[in-house]
Amino acid sequence: MVDARGLSCPMPVVMVQNEVKKGNPNSLTVLVDAMVCVENVKRYAASQGYSVTVTEEDGEYKMELSK
Amino acid sequence: MESEVKLTKLASCAGCGAKVGAGVLAQLLEGIRVHSDPNLLVGFDKSDDASVYRISDDLALVQTVDFFPPIADDPYTFGAIAATNALSDVYAMGGEPKLALNIMAVPADMPKEAVHDMLRGGYDKVYEAGALITGGHSILDREPKYGMAVTGFVHPDKMLTNSGAKAGDVLLLTKPLGIGVVTTAAKADLVSKETLDYAFQLMTTLNKSARDAMVKYRVHACTDVTGFGLLGHGTEMAQGSNVELHLHVDGFRFLDEAAELARMGILPEGMYRNRNFAEAHVDEGDVPLHLQDLLYDPQTAGGLLIAVHPEDAQALFEELQTCVPAAQRIGEVTPYTGGKHIYLH
Repeated sequence: MVDARGLSCPMPVVMVQNEVKKGNPNSLTVLVDAMVCVENVKRYAASQGYSVTVTEEDGEYKMELSK
Repeated sequence: MESEVKLTKLASCAGCGAKVGAGVLAQLLEGIRVHSDPNLLVGFDKSDDASVYRISDDLALVQTVDFFPPIADDPYTFGAIAATNALSDVYAMGGEPKLALNIMAVPADMPKEAVHDMLRGGYDKVYEAGALITGGHSILDREPKYGMAVTGFVHPDKMLTNSGAKAGDVLLLTKPLGIGVVTTAAKADLVSKETLDYAFQLMTTLNKSARDAMVKYRVHACTDVTGFGLLGHGTEMAQGSNVELHLHVDGFRFLDEAAELARMGILPEGMYRNRNFAEAHVDEGDVPLHLQDLLYDPQTAGGLLIAVHPEDAQALFEELQTCVPAAQRIGEVTPYTGGKHIYLH
């Protein structure tokens, strides 16, 4: 799980990148609180072969990355 | 010279990426009464780079203002970038800058030497442009900001707007794209020093040489590519000129590392604002997403986008190759057929 709420880009992508490099997980949950971070993490996830689902609650976004 | 303060850490968004989106701006101005004057050749209703007011049959005044939060940590570099960017709007109108007024906001605790260096960067660039700084205004603010109001002159018949492009024109660009992506990546040390230094070099290269070259040819339209990105400014040019722009992605030069950074999602918020504003007018064809993103990437002190008569295109292109960072032949103009305004190929 990567909790990048409160952080501005590019930090959320960097945190997800570090997590993926560490263990190449088949699934990963990412929390962010800005649409720009959702889009940027989506692009990173796609570049690494993950599919992504996003759910929004009260301005916070839960992203589920899976291979 | 390195300073102890990391200027970009004091900024919530950097450079021209801090610009209010083009769509939002139009909403904010909606309903405000516009006074007309026969001598006002270009006003704010035209979405152009600067205002132009005719003083006499052979002289018009060009006015523009631009300022933003730090895009570089080094104060001297930031000052020089802010000045290059502010002066650029005058060049984009085909004019020559003559007078500039500083606009500065600084935190009370910002070291005096850093403020001094920032101003020195601005002064040096304005003198390089052959213009003068004649005053300014400063306020205290938590976030530093710097820029200038610039006044220049142009012959009224030789003024270049962003709305004069004609079918058949060839489109040229004078600096590589990707400045927004590279400066965003720099915030997390994701880009090499060489690429970042080259981005700073681009942002401190005046569009003066490009302007001096293009005014010798039959240029029909010009704009500088800044906060709205190539496709945002291109949309304004295409709509204002009632034409279509056909852009060949193979013709573009991007900063080293920019394409890979875009593919990895290292994109500034301004890219998404530009996308929201312009994408309804753009047919992206089968151009990969990361290259589209680079065409929406907000540029700070970017190059000139020039629509030139096809018979003059090769000569201007060859001349630009000798005097601008990266002369690129990026596409051509066709009549508007009622659909999208920009087509990517």
